[in-house]
Amino acid sequence: MTAVVETPVVPVAVGPGRRARVLRRLRRNPLAMASLVVLVVAVLAAALAPWLAPYDPSQTDFSHTMSPPGTPGHVLGTDDLGRDVLSRIMYGARASLEVGVLAVLVALLVGVPLGLAGGYFRRADAVIGRLTDLLLAFPFLIMAVGLAAIRGASLGNAAIAIGVAQVPGVVRVVRSDTLRLKSLDFVAAAIVDGAGDAWVLARHVLPNATSAILVQATVAVPAAILGEAVLSFLGLGIQPPSPSLGTMLASAQQFAAKAPWAAVMPGLTIMLLALAFNVFGDALRDALDPKGNR
Amino acid sequence: MGRYLFHRAWQSALTLVLATVVVFLGMRALPGDPALALAGEDRSPEALAAIRHHYGLDQPVWVQFGHFVANAVRGDFGSSIRTGVPVSSMLRSALPVTVELSALAILIAVVLGVGAGVLAAVRRGRPSEWLANGLALIGLSVPHFWLGLLAILYLSVGAGLFPASGFVPLSHPIDNLHHLILPALILGTGLAAVIMRQTRSAMLDSLSADYVRTARAKGLRPGTVVGRHALRNSLIVVITIVGLQLGGLISGAVVTEQIFGLPGFGKMTIDAVFQRDYPVIQAVVLITAASYIAINFVVDLLYSIVDPRIRVAGEAS
Repeated sequence: MTAVVETPVVPVAVGPGRRARVLRRLRRNPLAMASLVVLVVAVLAAALAPWLAPYDPSQTDFSHTMSPPGTPGHVLGTDDLGRDVLSRIMYGARASLEVGVLAVLVALLVGVPLGLAGGYFRRADAVIGRLTDLLLAFPFLIMAVGLAAIRGASLGNAAIAIGVAQVPGVVRVVRSDTLRLKSLDFVAAAIVDGAGDAWVLARHVLPNATSAILVQATVAVPAAILGEAVLSFLGLGIQPPSPSLGTMLASAQQFAAKAPWAAVMPGLTIMLLALAFNVFGDALRDALDPKGNR
Repeated sequence: MGRYLFHRAWQSALTLVLATVVVFLGMRALPGDPALALAGEDRSPEALAAIRHHYGLDQPVWVQFGHFVANAVRGDFGSSIRTGVPVSSMLRSALPVTVELSALAILIAVVLGVGAGVLAAVRRGRPSEWLANGLALIGLSVPHFWLGLLAILYLSVGAGLFPASGFVPLSHPIDNLHHLILPALILGTGLAAVIMRQTRSAMLDSLSADYVRTARAKGLRPGTVVGRHALRNSLIVVITIVGLQLGGLISGAVVTEQIFGLPGFGKMTIDAVFQRDYPVIQAVVLITAASYIAINFVVDLLYSIVDPRIRVAGEAS
């Protein structure tokens, strides 16, 4: 829609020496390392939930409803049906990460080719520009509303709605990086040398655009996680009784005055997950920035 | 300027037409035969044919599309399947709530976001920069509907400071604000985080620019340099961000209205989805897209008036 949009990064080509420098910068950044630890722990807890979780997430226990955190056997307490909050959070985080990764994959699969084509072929650019304008006109929630009306509410449809809504962001970043790379000498040399468009794009442009794509993906995941929480909270995403952080909050809303922990814990988990991705994304962008400390 | 304006208007119109086609086709992709749904008890072939004829469902697709557009332009979106109330009158009562909520939220977001962004840029390397940056990161990461839940739980139900839900029309300004301030704060803080980060980075760019160095060298007071020179250029960024974030704001308003029980556009949307009230869903999706396109067209115009360079770049591409 808008003529000029700020791009987050304009990194130069990543060579072996530069890669080592980027990793060194990341290792020296305590915030980056802390967020990485949180992410690794979260991914492990989510992936190994069937083995690590103390209870089955849907197992009700009507003799222990709304037990506060610290109750023996229920570290984070139980909800109105006596289900273990910790176990539900582990499974819920699993669903959040699933949607986050699925949505970003959708955004990348659609957005990267469109961005490459838009930046490389002048004729395609106008068409792709209209297409991204069109996508922007449908906010993710409205898209999710439409998808839920047509195909029903589910984890998959939530991921599609969120991912499609993220396509314009990916197109923007990839397109501007492609435009920049196209004007560089080594790409011009390859074209003069008789290399085909597909070869130039795959061999020269895409590899050099990866760092920009990586940063965009890192900040897209937390946005997708928040999006899933919103959709599931509204009943447009993952359907109960499947545990999801958003549906946990929706049901906790009913009895929050009596058991506030059931409303506090899932929200904190979402925030911690999103915060870790955002902090790591910031650190990655700084580390990739050739201008140094910004 | 004239050429740029024409170019942007043409682009926006094209996008609007495409969006209308998408909504029309989307509604045709709905599962089930609309005639069957409308028929109720009498499902004889004659009755179905009569219904199809009455609603124009037996006409060619492009004729149906023409009717759809002609009606939409007149503001006629049909009637709710559930209540029989015309969608246009539902919109007339719901839209003012959402527009007011969003306007308040944008106001809060701009004040908080620009203030914190300027502070973070001016006080580089000091604790206040870290605080502002940290708060912005948290603002980007926190699920805002959850903050809303906690605010209702602790501030409204617990402390009794605000009403937990409901809406009072603008004719009672104090009561109206009392009901809206908490939802607007919740909705505004998310946008504030985005604005803060963009303002900070734009301010850092301007503060290191030559014209600011010149202003400083002339001996202008630091406050004047920051306010009159650096901030003025950075505000251009804020206009764009508000336009771009409009989609996020609409999504956020839907959730916020749902939590605070505000009878706005968002609540209407969610209710319609669960009641499978297709004419309402169709109107909601189309109006969202149309307002997004219209507002961003205006934002682009504002932007090009403020910064002539954009005009030139737009004409070149």
